[in-house]
Amino acid sequence: MSYLELLKLGAPEAVVVISALVVLAIGLMSQRVSAVAGVSSAKPPKKAASTVAATGWCSLVALLGLAIAIAAVLMLPRNANLFGGMLVITPLTSLFKIICVALAFFTVCLARSEKSLRHPGEYLAIILLATVGLMLLVGSEELLMIFIGLELLGLSLYVMAAFDKTDLRSAEAGLKYFLFGSTSSAFTLFGISLIYGMSGSTGLVTISEKLATVPVQPLLATGVVMTLIGFAFKIAAAPFHLWAPDAYQGAPIPSAAFIASASKVASFVVLGKIVLVGFGPLHGSSGWHSMVAGWSPVLAVLAALSIVIGNLVALAQTNVRRLLAYSAVAHAGYTLLGLVAGSRDGFSATLFYTAIYAITLVGAFGVVAVVRSETGGDDLKDFSGLAGRSPLLAGCMAIFMLSLAGIPPLAGFFGKFYLFSAALRAGGNYGLLWLIGVALFGSFVSLYYYLIVLKAIFVDEPPVTTRSSPDQLRSDLLQRITVATLAAAILFLGLMPDTLAARILAAVS
Amino acid sequence: MIAWTIYLTFAGAVAVLLLPCVFARWIALLTTLAGLVLGIVAFVRTPIADLAHFTTIISVPWVPPLGMNYHLAIDGVSLTMVLVTGISAVSTVLFSWDVDHRQREFFFWLLLVVGGCYGVFLSADLFLFFAFYELVIVPKYFLIAIFGSTNKEYGAMKLTLYSFFGGMFVFAGIIVAYPTAGSLDLNQLAQFHFNPELQSWAFPVLFLGFAVIAGIWPLHTWAPAGHVAAPTAGSMLLAGIVMKLGAYAGLRIAMNLFPEGFQMWSKWIAVLAVIGIVYAAAVALRQRDLKFVIGYSSVSHMGFVLLGLATANVFGVSGAILQMFSHGVIAALLFAVAGRMLYRRTHTRELDALSGMNLSHALPFAAFTFVVASAASMGIPGFSGFAAEITILVGVWKTYPIAVWITGAGMVLVAAFTLRALVKSFFGEARTQTGRVPTDADWTEQSITLAEKGGACLLMFATLAVGLYPKVLLDRIMPAVEAMRFLK
Repeated sequence: MSYLELLKLGAPEAVVVISALVVLAIGLMSQRVSAVAGVSSAKPPKKAASTVAATGWCSLVALLGLAIAIAAVLMLPRNANLFGGMLVITPLTSLFKIICVALAFFTVCLARSEKSLRHPGEYLAIILLATVGLMLLVGSEELLMIFIGLELLGLSLYVMAAFDKTDLRSAEAGLKYFLFGSTSSAFTLFGISLIYGMSGSTGLVTISEKLATVPVQPLLATGVVMTLIGFAFKIAAAPFHLWAPDAYQGAPIPSAAFIASASKVASFVVLGKIVLVGFGPLHGSSGWHSMVAGWSPVLAVLAALSIVIGNLVALAQTNVRRLLAYSAVAHAGYTLLGLVAGSRDGFSATLFYTAIYAITLVGAFGVVAVVRSETGGDDLKDFSGLAGRSPLLAGCMAIFMLSLAGIPPLAGFFGKFYLFSAALRAGGNYGLLWLIGVALFGSFVSLYYYLIVLKAIFVDEPPVTTRSSPDQLRSDLLQRITVATLAAAILFLGLMPDTLAARILAAVS
Repeated sequence: MIAWTIYLTFAGAVAVLLLPCVFARWIALLTTLAGLVLGIVAFVRTPIADLAHFTTIISVPWVPPLGMNYHLAIDGVSLTMVLVTGISAVSTVLFSWDVDHRQREFFFWLLLVVGGCYGVFLSADLFLFFAFYELVIVPKYFLIAIFGSTNKEYGAMKLTLYSFFGGMFVFAGIIVAYPTAGSLDLNQLAQFHFNPELQSWAFPVLFLGFAVIAGIWPLHTWAPAGHVAAPTAGSMLLAGIVMKLGAYAGLRIAMNLFPEGFQMWSKWIAVLAVIGIVYAAAVALRQRDLKFVIGYSSVSHMGFVLLGLATANVFGVSGAILQMFSHGVIAALLFAVAGRMLYRRTHTRELDALSGMNLSHALPFAAFTFVVASAASMGIPGFSGFAAEITILVGVWKTYPIAVWITGAGMVLVAAFTLRALVKSFFGEARTQTGRVPTDADWTEQSITLAEKGGACLLMFATLAVGLYPKVLLDRIMPAVEAMRFLK
């Protein structure tokens, strides 16, 4: 194993790291220049202009870096395995690296138009570092490496959540997220250490081989449950979801979008790998009449709780971001269904669902960002009459909300059908029908609050205060293009789900 | 070729959205007219022998790993439904000719509903069917919530949630059927033998889900509220086509897939249907709002459809399909008069207020249309309502003789509330003391427009034609029904 080879296989990560450093350098230099300029000649307009230019350059470099990273992923060999699973390359990891990087790409596009960020260079650099964390997470089958990826991701996200120094809510979001997140990391680490103690290895494949021979003991069960709890925090599954509403509502919008999308996708990929590959022998069964202890009943309970709590609490929300947070809890529940099923079909359904969910949420947050920059808030009342002010954004938001509700012909509909049918098929003798029943009920409830958002947009009259402002929203062109692209992607994936589903199904083996 | 009804309608919807406002109503009219013409051409040109079974029109792999195909097929039953969709859609557009508030959006949602209905009636793949079926739900919400009247947001939300509630059961039923049989193809599923224990619980789940949309008795309450809240076009579409989706799907999917489950539960369906017929008619008798009367009459008439389906013999089921056609036309006509011809001009639908207006003199064409529609709705021979209901009752007599007696009482009630509404709305005594009676001069400037006349004539022609010569439809429906396997 030569270093050259390692560099080749780690090229995508390396590209992102380098672009993060470049972005950081540009950001620092431009700020120094502007600070000097500000002191010497005291010309605020010039300072503002230079900052704007620096933001442009930083975003450009970041976007370029991410694009190159995607190209680098495409050039990776089909299969490789380094250091006993520390860096694994399979079609699955490559596919999800691309998806994560693409989500980061769109997040950067949103961040480009975010006016409240005072240090864009640092902010973008942190997004890129978080992306590296995602790529490490996705591309590893070794518990230590996974933990490092989790921490890199987590620490970047805490900073991103607290980045808006002018807003108290942002600080609150960051602190809450940090406290919950670090606790969950402690749980994960503790669980991992117990499992390492039982199996003598941190590689998932070796663990699975060992666990198949060891009888289930309380210590092992503790380890498994601890690890699962850690991930339940990450994916915001109830009852470990308490950080989500504040983080979604308080954090700067690009950060919230990133937390809701890319971080979730990577977490589901890793969770799936850990439970299906690592803990495979401890699957258990969560069928109604055939309950067998294992991780599957644990996940089933988490899923049912998330669906019920998430959907019911979302009914009472008046803030769109908070509503999205609770709906995220519910969606984490649906997504877990595929893992509970535990089959190849189920895993692929989970991955499909989480991918399209992430795309939807980035888009929805994009719309929220525009509305916020226009009206100064993101409550439901700030959305009223959006259809009149900006038909394009209103249409995109309708696509996102209806996809979340699972209305055809949008991707969410196919995702739900795939997920539920895979779960039913894997359950054997309709054992999982109870969980699917809960999920269907939840999805029925959810239509109400998604429609409430759409009602505000399409039916309600705009408030008197905004009516005096210009009729058209003056939003960034880039922002509009981003949102429209994501909406088009959701529509396309709904009409032609095969393009993504077949790829995922082929990659999951 | 009939598949183009779907493509054209959706293409029309997109075109409405993208092109300038002035074209919106013309695009909508052309699109729906094209759909109707395609339906008629298919009706005339397809050999009757081909309509006896579900003949594939097109089948393209869609999501191969999951066995989903883009698979459309047609038989006599779906052709009839496509035809009534076309007729209702054209007249709906004609009766919405003067919508000028957010016109493009209006016709966009309208065409989505129509396209989704075409899709449901033609799809032969369970997933495709379900996608079209759910697609119809949300456009209805916007049609009603944006463009509706009385209590529109409540009515729209209620209707949408009821539809989605039914959809939840349908989802569950489909998801059980699909992995068990390992196929989504309706023709294959109709051959598959599900075990009786599964059928005994899967059938009611699936059928109940569909029956919510069809307005089955205890779950019918969305219908009057929704009909009243909806704009005229919305009520016409809802009563004319959307309620038929439920009944059609119950027949095509629930009954065909789970014949043994159907036989276990058919008498309960008949009980609910009979209660629905009598109850809704009795409630309609006490309504003050003309649209509520018609809304309840829809529930009552849909009770006939469900009763016909529950008989499980050729006459009953064929009659049910004929009734779907007939009611689609008649309900559209009734709502057109109440919601458009009257409400637009008098700004009231209160029967007491209308009876003081001497409307039969002021709006003779509206009066004529309403008389025809009422006669058809009451089941006077010569109109399609009679042909359909008599066919159903022949079927019911074979299976549930007692139900015929109760239904007969229900029909008397139907006649009673229809006559009451007719007399009060058009032929009431002109009472000058309750307000000014509009003079002839007031009415001439708002006389019935050409578009309205066209739409009304189309619907009246349809009900008369089928009423005088029902064989033209029954010839195509009955062989298709005979080919279904749930028949006793």
